[in-house]
Amino acid sequence: MGLQAIAFYLMATVTVLAAFAVVSARNPVHSVLFLITAFFSAAGLFVLIGAEFLAMLLVVVYVGAVAVLFLFVVMMLDVDFKSLRQGFAQYLPIGLIVAGILTVEMIVVSTSIAMKGAASKVSGPMANAPDVSNAETIGRVLYTDYVYFFQAAGLVLLVAMIGAIVLTLRHKPGVKRQNIGRQNARGPASGMTIVDIKPGVGEGE
Amino acid sequence: MPTTPDFWTTNLGWFLVHTGQILLVLVWILLSLAFLLWGDRKVWAGVQMRKGPNVVGPFGLFQSFADFLKFLLKEIVIPAGADKTVFLLAPILTFVLAFAAWAVVPLAPGWVISDVNVAILYIFAISSMGVYGIIMGGWASNSKYPFLGSLRSAAQMVSYEVSIGFVIITVILLANTMSLTSITEQQAGWIWNWNVFGGGLKNLPLALVMIPMAVVFFISALAETNRPPFDLPEAESELVAGYQVEYSSTPYLLFMIGEYANIVLMCSLFTILFFGGWQPGFPTDFMATWNETLVSVLLFLVFFAKTIFMFFLFAMVKAIVPRYRYDQLMRLGWKVFLPMSLVAVVIVAGYRVMTGHAA
Repeated sequence: MGLQAIAFYLMATVTVLAAFAVVSARNPVHSVLFLITAFFSAAGLFVLIGAEFLAMLLVVVYVGAVAVLFLFVVMMLDVDFKSLRQGFAQYLPIGLIVAGILTVEMIVVSTSIAMKGAASKVSGPMANAPDVSNAETIGRVLYTDYVYFFQAAGLVLLVAMIGAIVLTLRHKPGVKRQNIGRQNARGPASGMTIVDIKPGVGEGE
Repeated sequence: MPTTPDFWTTNLGWFLVHTGQILLVLVWILLSLAFLLWGDRKVWAGVQMRKGPNVVGPFGLFQSFADFLKFLLKEIVIPAGADKTVFLLAPILTFVLAFAAWAVVPLAPGWVISDVNVAILYIFAISSMGVYGIIMGGWASNSKYPFLGSLRSAAQMVSYEVSIGFVIITVILLANTMSLTSITEQQAGWIWNWNVFGGGLKNLPLALVMIPMAVVFFISALAETNRPPFDLPEAESELVAGYQVEYSSTPYLLFMIGEYANIVLMCSLFTILFFGGWQPGFPTDFMATWNETLVSVLLFLVFFAKTIFMFFLFAMVKAIVPRYRYDQLMRLGWKVFLPMSLVAVVIVAGYRVMTGHAA
């Protein structure tokens, strides 16, 4: 058994165990931490099949950014998970049905790939040429063949971003805001007034 | 013996060789860190006209080792309400990640543990995971101040990662590769081949973009490693000491070493991306006939000297610049650096296409 096989079985086991722990952990913060473990070992599996670019993207995007936000939300919101669990028995059958459908679908897809059934119709986009790194291959396909889909995905994300900003942006009246440009532009002439106070009289507003 | 070379190509031999290389780099970094910590404190003291550590050993050189022993011998205090596992996992995670990133840093020609072709992304990925050590530590302490400190620290690191990412993209566009070794090799020759000057005379106009980008990278690196003037997680006047309030002895030491290893990593990354890595700034052709190991050692010293100079800059900034306020920090990251680096990416990409240097 080569080192690769050892690494594969190690990371595959960790992925599956961590994924199971995500749904079984009692503490939601622990769930998110297990989710991160699952992401990370999945990235390791990507490296093993030679897709190191995808692996790094998985870590940068999901582990480094998305999961941080998950963790923020789970830590900040005081969700009462006891009350959420109350309907467990009630929703169990529906959950089992959905899980069953998903499992069957995954088995069908993976067998068809293994048997080269439906998958064989798709012309393999690229055989990994030895002198071209897979980052370059992905870039070439993404920006030539699939450039419209790529742009469409970007548009969807842009709309989502603008939507989020519109939903959260509000201008409260009466809030003091700092305008650094105006602060720096302020000189002695505009920022200061000299008042001549007569003795014994004082200065009233 | 004919069997010896074969042994190093077997699984066990490969494993042993790489373990040895990893240990060598690890020990070298830890030793350097001990003296860099001392140097950091000396620079700081010098600016403030103090003497700094000067008792342990000549010039206080062994101060770090004395501190190290003290950290190790103290009792580990775990707060009563803390989540024990996560509490102890957090410093270990910080420490491990800080050193894992060194696996792809080319120290000299051929001196790199693993020369992967997505090395920059690997470092970016590993350093983006460094946030977890801080969040986990702050949360597991089960105390308000560490939690607030960890939250603002995490927000700060996530914000500045964005601009660091775009700055790195400008360098990738210039170099046409993501391997740190190739990026260093492309900056061979005279000093104007360094990426900070656009990487070669033909790209010299790009120096107008790349010099500001180097500055942005430097400042973002300060913020990313929570160094002053952006050490808001440790803003004593507001937050006691940030996410590490409840930490003591060895776990705290792991946090601190991890932080410093990250700082040195950022210094070396800055050197590699903009200042030619191990390239001394003049053609090294005359070394071609020299002993290969000797050349490697000499060029390693060049790299080491550059990195230490960057670390000196970090230390000087710490001594000179007053701390930012939190909203100013966020403003700088999102409203100044992000648009600047985005425009720089557009300019560099446009220039590469216009001049036809892009593949």
